[in-house]
Amino acid sequence: MTVNLTLVLVMGVMLATGVYMVLERSLTRVVLGVILISNGANLMILMSGGRAGEAPLVRDYLSSEDYFDPLPQALLLTAIVIAFALVAFMLALVYRSWVIGRQDEVVDDPEDRRVAAQPVYDPEEDSEIPTETTEFDGGGGAPTEEAAEPAPDSRRARRERREGRD
Amino acid sequence: MQDELTTLIPLAVLIPLFGSAFAFAFYRQQTVQRMVTVISLLVTLVLEIALIAAVWHGETLAVHVAGWPAPWGISMVVDQFSALMLVVSSLITLAVLLYAIGQGAAEEGQDTGPVSIFYPTYLILVAGVSNAFLAGDLFNLYVGFEIFLTASYVLLTMGGGEQRIRAGVTYVVVSIISSMLFLITIGAVYAATGTVNLADLAIKLGELDDHIQLLLHVMLLVAFGIKAAVFPLAFWLPDSYPTAPAPVTAVFAGLLTKVGIYSIIRTETLLFPGTQLNTALMVVALLTMIVGILGALVQSDIKRMLSFTLISHIGYLVFGLALSSVVGMTATIYYVAHHITIQTTMFLVTGLIERRAGTSNVDRLGSLAKLSPLLAILFFVPAMNLAGIPPFSGFVGKIGMIQGGIAENTWAAWMLVAGTMITSVLTLLAVARIWSRSFWRKAEDAEDPDPLLLPKSLEHGRAANRRLMPMNLVGPTTFLVSLTVAFTVAAGPLMSFSQQAARDMYERTPYLEAVLGEERVDGVREELVEIASEIPDLDTEDDGVDDFAPVTTTTESEDGEDTYGTDDEGSE
Repeated sequence: MTVNLTLVLVMGVMLATGVYMVLERSLTRVVLGVILISNGANLMILMSGGRAGEAPLVRDYLSSEDYFDPLPQALLLTAIVIAFALVAFMLALVYRSWVIGRQDEVVDDPEDRRVAAQPVYDPEEDSEIPTETTEFDGGGGAPTEEAAEPAPDSRRARRERREGRD
Repeated sequence: MQDELTTLIPLAVLIPLFGSAFAFAFYRQQTVQRMVTVISLLVTLVLEIALIAAVWHGETLAVHVAGWPAPWGISMVVDQFSALMLVVSSLITLAVLLYAIGQGAAEEGQDTGPVSIFYPTYLILVAGVSNAFLAGDLFNLYVGFEIFLTASYVLLTMGGGEQRIRAGVTYVVVSIISSMLFLITIGAVYAATGTVNLADLAIKLGELDDHIQLLLHVMLLVAFGIKAAVFPLAFWLPDSYPTAPAPVTAVFAGLLTKVGIYSIIRTETLLFPGTQLNTALMVVALLTMIVGILGALVQSDIKRMLSFTLISHIGYLVFGLALSSVVGMTATIYYVAHHITIQTTMFLVTGLIERRAGTSNVDRLGSLAKLSPLLAILFFVPAMNLAGIPPFSGFVGKIGMIQGGIAENTWAAWMLVAGTMITSVLTLLAVARIWSRSFWRKAEDAEDPDPLLLPKSLEHGRAANRRLMPMNLVGPTTFLVSLTVAFTVAAGPLMSFSQQAARDMYERTPYLEAVLGEERVDGVREELVEIASEIPDLDTEDDGVDDFAPVTTTTESEDGEDTYGTDDEGSE
């Protein structure tokens, strides 16, 4: 299989620049990066057809080796249309993001940050229950002594352990 | 009959597409739009049930679109695996559609109800998923992916609020990058072999150099791995899915990642049936399971927690297919079908919880079991199923994978067997945490509970149930919950169906004969048989206990008949 060296170089530069731009936090650059990557991929498909040849229309005086392979071109056209639609959608998305939040950057997920910042200590699961709230003992029976007043030393030990961990 | 049915295969894609066009034409009349959508999905479902009936005994149907023969034209293939996927996906999309209609009716007059673009886009999503399941060549698979991904971008960012746009940007960029990777791989595959037809590739890829094979194999796995949300390529999922409306999240979580898994399974069985990457896949599977479930444990939002369990359970599927044995693949096929249903059900139930309680944050929930026992049952059954408590179908699938892992008897497989069990227990812990906080705890004990959870009396609370959870929302959810139970009841026939499917997929000749014709396959039949014979098939009518399982138990009776047959566990 013969490959055009210029096309390979162009494809390489396009893909490398595209990847670099997608890694940016600014959304406009991400869109530009996506455009470059998709065009690089398209060039790659074009090259997979082998060397250039006659247009794939059947003519009597041409043998089968003289034609250019038409399949990559068919794939390429489909891929271009898809990439076009995706880029249009992304532009709309980026514009919307700018209109709503004046934000041209990828934003962290707030819930993700919140979960990551929450302490290991869970007040519900880790602390002693001050009052008994169960409804299974016949109408909120008197809380037991232990539950109402947890042993002070165990509570202090817990706190120390927690601080040591932090 | 068979031939006529074969020519009807493309309709599974075309009906939803045409339905979408009609639904869009009637964008002013919501009622007509709904009717068109439901009818298209119903007709598709009937067609797909006919297809699964036609391939039930192991036939493979292939249609060459426009009459162009196989390696040149576009072929669509239905074998047992894709037929099962089609039917399950249609069942759940139909149920979710009814739920969405119910939600639209319940929220009429508010701005939050589905806009007129919802139903057409939903149908396009279904068409794309069907196309991906039917695709007989790599490029058509790519087109299928793009169709449903583009529809999913629209559904995810519907309404264009700040949250959804933020989540949508990440999702769209990650999906596009994975699609581009897929496209580059297609280019590389075509350059190396000169074909994109899957059946043709199955023959020609084997003739390539080992290192080129490995390169193409890894590139395909990475591209599909992003879509299937396999660790470490899963970070986008919990950020994006939970922001969408409940029905949309439900169908995304159930279906979209499974299309990625479907493609990985096709890659591993049809294109690269060798075992060279199995250990790597097992390590990935273990990490996916453990990291996913640990992520689930710290979440306080139910939707986010379910997204993490989704990732974690993708690990099971990767484990099953990495075993490269018929037992493992059987369990994987069964588990994919089970997991599509269960994950969708869980998200729909969460949607109900959110409607009933005003929030899906477990810290603010309580008293739900008392206020709405029906909701408690609807949550409890799929939750236990997700954790894999016997006799539910999750247990049946997991036991199959563990069987396969033990039979494989390598260090990696044993690690995975242990990881499977640990993940199951941790999943149980995660759902038990939701259960004890949202359902058993008193709402007064929650921090800042929604006023909806603090009715003046129990009668007031029960009366609010009817208003907040109308029948047209509870109905589809109940249907899905009973479908998950049906997976348990029908576990025997389904397992033998999956086993047949797994055998055919490893044998590959049925698929190739259907697409390429017998003459083409006869030339390479010996090689195919040789490769297929290396795949361990453990069905010795005793579930492989005698030959393969290195543990002996005393539960077997004298005549070697085991007393714990996994297939009919649930139906008893």
